Amino acid sequence: MIALFLRDLKLSVRAGGGALIGVLFFMTVVAVIPFGVGPDLNLLSRIGPAILWIGALLACLLGLDRLFQAEREDGSLDVMLMQETPLVLSVLVKCLAHWTASGLPLVIASPLLGLFMNMNEVAIGATMLTLLVGTPAITFIGAVGAAVAVALPRGGLLVSILVLPLAIPVLIFGVSAAYAAVEDPAPFLPPFLILIAITLFFAVIGPLAAAAALRSSSD
Amino acid sequence: MMNDQSLAIRKFSDLANPTRFLGLAERLLPWFSGLTALLFVVGLYLCFTTQGDYQQGETVRIMYIHVPAAWLSMMCYTVMALSALGTLVWRHPLADVSARAAAPIGACFTLLALVTGSLWGKPMWGTWWVWDARLTSVFVLFLMYLGLIALNRAMDDPGKAAKVSAILILVGFVNIPIIKFSVEWWNTLHQPASVMRLDGPKIDPEFLWPLLVMALAFSMLFFTLHIAAMRNEIWRRRVTSMRRQAARNLGMEGRKA
Amino acid sequence: MPVKLHVEDLAARRGEDLIFQHISLVLQAGEGLVVTGANGSGKSTFLRVLSGLLPVDAGRVRLEGAGSDNLAESSHYLGHRNAMKRELTVSENLVFWQDFMGDSPGGRGLPVEVAIDALGLSGIGHLPFGYLSAGQQRRMAMARLLVAFRPVWLLDEPTAALDASADRMFAGLVRGHLEQGGIVVAATHQPLGIDGVRELRMTGFAGVFAEAGY
Repeated sequence: MIALFLRDLKLSVRAGGGALIGVLFFMTVVAVIPFGVGPDLNLLSRIGPAILWIGALLACLLGLDRLFQAEREDGSLDVMLMQETPLVLSVLVKCLAHWTASGLPLVIASPLLGLFMNMNEVAIGATMLTLLVGTPAITFIGAVGAAVAVALPRGGLLVSILVLPLAIPVLIFGVSAAYAAVEDPAPFLPPFLILIAITLFFAVIGPLAAAAALRSSSD
Repeated sequence: MMNDQSLAIRKFSDLANPTRFLGLAERLLPWFSGLTALLFVVGLYLCFTTQGDYQQGETVRIMYIHVPAAWLSMMCYTVMALSALGTLVWRHPLADVSARAAAPIGACFTLLALVTGSLWGKPMWGTWWVWDARLTSVFVLFLMYLGLIALNRAMDDPGKAAKVSAILILVGFVNIPIIKFSVEWWNTLHQPASVMRLDGPKIDPEFLWPLLVMALAFSMLFFTLHIAAMRNEIWRRRVTSMRRQAARNLGMEGRKA
Repeated sequence: MPVKLHVEDLAARRGEDLIFQHISLVLQAGEGLVVTGANGSGKSTFLRVLSGLLPVDAGRVRLEGAGSDNLAESSHYLGHRNAMKRELTVSENLVFWQDFMGDSPGGRGLPVEVAIDALGLSGIGHLPFGYLSAGQQRRMAMARLLVAFRPVWLLDEPTAALDASADRMFAGLVRGHLEQGGIVVAATHQPLGIDGVRELRMTGFAGVFAEAGY
């Protein structure tokens, strides 16, 4: 299993720098927002956490469609399907590797973008923490979409369409928790704990459903 | 020759179940459509003869369309989730037909609920759209329906599409409560209770009767449409398999010649 | 305990179409089976059903004498695609499969370098897989059969894109595996050059088949 994790990490670094493209996309999306809403620093600092979250959500979905498609195209998926190790476990490990390669860099890049958005230290810290906890959930839900669309030649857009509605709770609680840390009356912990619960829930549901979809789409 | 024969029998036994369904549909459909029409006549009559609300005036009549449509949008997804279970657990041949046929109907009811909600919102709230918890969750449901339809259309092999979309339907189904809960949370966070709750438990019996009859009428409409759509789907599959057979026969003649 | 593969009254379909039916055979340890037939006669489907990648429509497949009676877990499947990543080097690919697959009970896989040597491609283990020619890629895909031990090999057109010498080398590999008490099922339309294997001839639609030994 560690072998699979390391291989996927290596691949994401080497294959045209897939991980880097995600971060670049994230930065570009966030950098474009001020041109849309104007350079008002107060406004930017107010909407900053939300912008970072939406940017991260979109960047997480980018490249998710290749998660299983690449394996299917070169036949590796067939071999993985046949192994004694449960497919659910392989899917989980692949998700973790994908998150490490493309989700974690987003979390690391978020403080810098937070500075651009004129957010204060607490807001930056809270956004980073919620991204750290919440982005794995997006990867796990995305894995279901990726597995469902694995046999489709142009599944990329479809994966986003299928996954985004399901990712709404993650977005809501991620942003709520980030705001709660800054705005006084709202407590930080409840939305944050719910976010953790959602991530754990999807860590189970996602790989299970993805493995089932992969099994039934083999031909 | 023996092989051909056993092949024929196997195919026939496979089709037996849908065939029985087609017979049943043939008998049920006229009754269902008649009942639906009758219920609609009674329901609409009640809708337009009962008094309007003293606050909302005539616009309250939109409720008689809006609320049943919203109920149906949820019931339809439940039917799809049950069918998905049927596909994955019992491998029932009709379950996948049912799920596939229900998706567009559900999307239509959801759209109807959204449009009537929006029309109702204009006189009530002064705007076409409010990010109210209910409206928002129904909107998300609508997006999920569209995604499922898109997936079904993108896959050409119905057997494979069935299992895969069944998995997605179930994942969506376990997600709906979470989405609903989170949208409500989000709503209370951003909108102090300015939105009026129209359909609370304290509903006047004056409105209740037309509403119930309309809900019944909509449910019957759903069942009628669903059975008809399933019948069409079975026919469509038969045509596809006949076409394939024709193509293969042509190929075999070509090989012999 | 020697392995033994039972196929009982097997039938499979793709979508609605029945591809074959009533295939029954028993393969003892050390026996090979060559599946022949025209394009579209169901050779690949047969192998994918054996490897558990396609559902069985009727009948069953079981394996005796291996760690588990699940044939998929005790077999290698070499399909049309090589199951190798173009971006990784040949050794990285093979090391990954070795670690990921592990050995079935009753045997051990070869070290990666030895496997590369056995395929006659010594010294290119450090190259990215994508740099190799089609024939070399195919040979490297065969190295996967050696690095992790599996008693049963299921090979789909293994020698497509190979020249005559690579063909002979591959026949040597298969012979070696059979001598060690393995089982090989290979779909092919060129003779493998191995003596004493049985043949399953797929005759196209409706899966009429004839079994003959030669």
